[in-house]
Amino acid sequence: MLQTAQRTEKKSKGKKAAPHERYLEAYRWMLLARVFEEKLVSLYRGGQITGGVYIGKGQEAVSVACGMFLKKGDIFAPLIRDQAGRSAFGEPLVDVARTYLGSRQGPMRGRDGNIHRGSPRDGQLAMISHLGAMVSVTVGALMAKRSKGEKNFVGLTCIGEGGMQAGSFHEGMNIAAVEQVPLVVVATNNHYAYSTPNEREFACADLVDRAKGYGFEGYTVAGTDLAACLDVIGSAVKRARAGRPPQLVVASVLRLSGHGEHDDASYVTAEIKAEPFAQDCLKCTEKVIVDLGLADAKTLQKWRDDAAAEVDQAITTAQKEAAPEAGEEDWCAISMRHLVDQV
Amino acid sequence: MSITYLEAIREAQAKLLREDERVFIYGQDVGGTFGGAFKATKGLAKEFPGRVLNTPISEDAMVGTAIGAALQGMRPIVEMQFADFSSIALNQILNNAGTHYWRTNIPVPITVRLPSGGTKGSGPFHSQSMEALYAHYPGLVVMTPATVEDAYTMLIEAVAIDDPVVYCEHKYLYYHLKADKLPTEALPTGKARIARAGRDLTIVTYSAMVHESLAVADELAREGLEIEIVDLRSVKPLDTDTVLASVARTGRLLCVGESFPWGGATAEIIARVTAEGFHLLDAAPVRINAKDTPIPYHPNLWSAHRPNAKAIAGKARRLLRE
Repeated sequence: MLQTAQRTEKKSKGKKAAPHERYLEAYRWMLLARVFEEKLVSLYRGGQITGGVYIGKGQEAVSVACGMFLKKGDIFAPLIRDQAGRSAFGEPLVDVARTYLGSRQGPMRGRDGNIHRGSPRDGQLAMISHLGAMVSVTVGALMAKRSKGEKNFVGLTCIGEGGMQAGSFHEGMNIAAVEQVPLVVVATNNHYAYSTPNEREFACADLVDRAKGYGFEGYTVAGTDLAACLDVIGSAVKRARAGRPPQLVVASVLRLSGHGEHDDASYVTAEIKAEPFAQDCLKCTEKVIVDLGLADAKTLQKWRDDAAAEVDQAITTAQKEAAPEAGEEDWCAISMRHLVDQV
Repeated sequence: MSITYLEAIREAQAKLLREDERVFIYGQDVGGTFGGAFKATKGLAKEFPGRVLNTPISEDAMVGTAIGAALQGMRPIVEMQFADFSSIALNQILNNAGTHYWRTNIPVPITVRLPSGGTKGSGPFHSQSMEALYAHYPGLVVMTPATVEDAYTMLIEAVAIDDPVVYCEHKYLYYHLKADKLPTEALPTGKARIARAGRDLTIVTYSAMVHESLAVADELAREGLEIEIVDLRSVKPLDTDTVLASVARTGRLLCVGESFPWGGATAEIIARVTAEGFHLLDAAPVRINAKDTPIPYHPNLWSAHRPNAKAIAGKARRLLRE
């Protein structure tokens, strides 16, 4: 399936490009995520989404690479800005729409919303808001697979540089290495934990240096460069699958939105916006596609139109579905009914 | 032959490991030849290779790992070295395991064992009873066995339960309690037990305080007073029906708990009895808990911090005079 990359040394500036078929597939997942999240933002501004909207604008290249190399039987524990990766892993777009719009037919049935969703039976864990908590959960899922005799599986979980400072994250990384599970942790440094810049988040020279301390193998990647993301994250997945120690990939980007859509991100400085990592990965990818002649302008437009149609379909479907009703809700937090406390 | 409360916990785990390949034990120092700080897993690592695993000092990650394994079909038992240290894992227990079924429709069958409660000289960080805290949050079953028999059968049931279970085993009972043999049958979780029948006063309690209360009942029996003792067995679910039925017989209620006084199981019982059985009460219900300070180290202080038989008897006598 892998094809030789169509690239010229001059245009790619010596970087190793991903095979172009995969590159274009990744681009289309990124595009779908972008178009979908633009729609979510517009619905939110129109007052049609309750709670928050948290988008991955600027992080799609890293995220999509997280989802693309995972297969059925793998474990994926995405985080807040991983729409592209979730779609690439196989999450139906309509389920995302259902979760944001509170449809009773969505995986969370109106009980939880926005990015707090998952489908654990399909290998996609349902994140909680407490950062770092999903690292050890992924480790446990991988240990169980190993003990059941499954082979050739891998787990991948995402974190930001903000979450990397939580105790839970450190415990999870350490236990992953102790247990030697086939795990990839992709950490995206988007330079702000909500409004707090890097210099108030950590004081080490480079976050990837921690890999050695944890007993991971560590790599860095420019999160604006899709080819590099596919290469570095794809290779990390391959190494983990082959039995190498756990892998840490640290990507550098700028979050091109607020923390959520309620946040105007006015604290993001002009200086940081001028940094190379502040470029929009989607635009960078489109430029590569055009420059290398991987697709023409007409095709790109068609893909965008297709994405918009898919998004509309998902949103329209979810909008037609019933919201949960308090009177019909099963107000029960445990599955074994005879053990429910009768208050 | 006799078997202690602690040995019953070990035997239950041996049986679970033997009969269910989904079970593994995960905790600090549980493996190797050591077998746990209290020896609750002694010999199990050798008998069940690869299934009784030492962990780093990472309570959060221990429970997180158990959650992930449970989602993949395993039945992990996590041993906290002391209940007190489970505070580090609160997030995973409450926010991850406790919310998972509600959020996703998929339950998380983990059992978290908490060596709980006070013993002489253990001090503020090795003596806590945390059942009230776990019972407060949705999504968890909270067991508080008071007998050798319950220690055994309830641990086996905990692992069979599809939902997360916090199993509070009392350290004071580890060596003090003995039974002739392991039971073959048991009350189901959620049913309280009448530990002693009486007609003058109901004491509702659980875990080690059942035994303090039984001592009080013996003492008052010499004065011609008949105390009924309800052993809750689990604080969540809480068997309000058995408590109300007992109060209907006696008309007087004293609740005894070893944990801190603000809120908790004793307050919950009084709230329920007052709301649902006010007409059954001949006197205002009374409760006794530990003092509202950290748990002291010195035996002179420790024995006054927790409810002891003398303090419970004092409360009972006063309540019987009303």
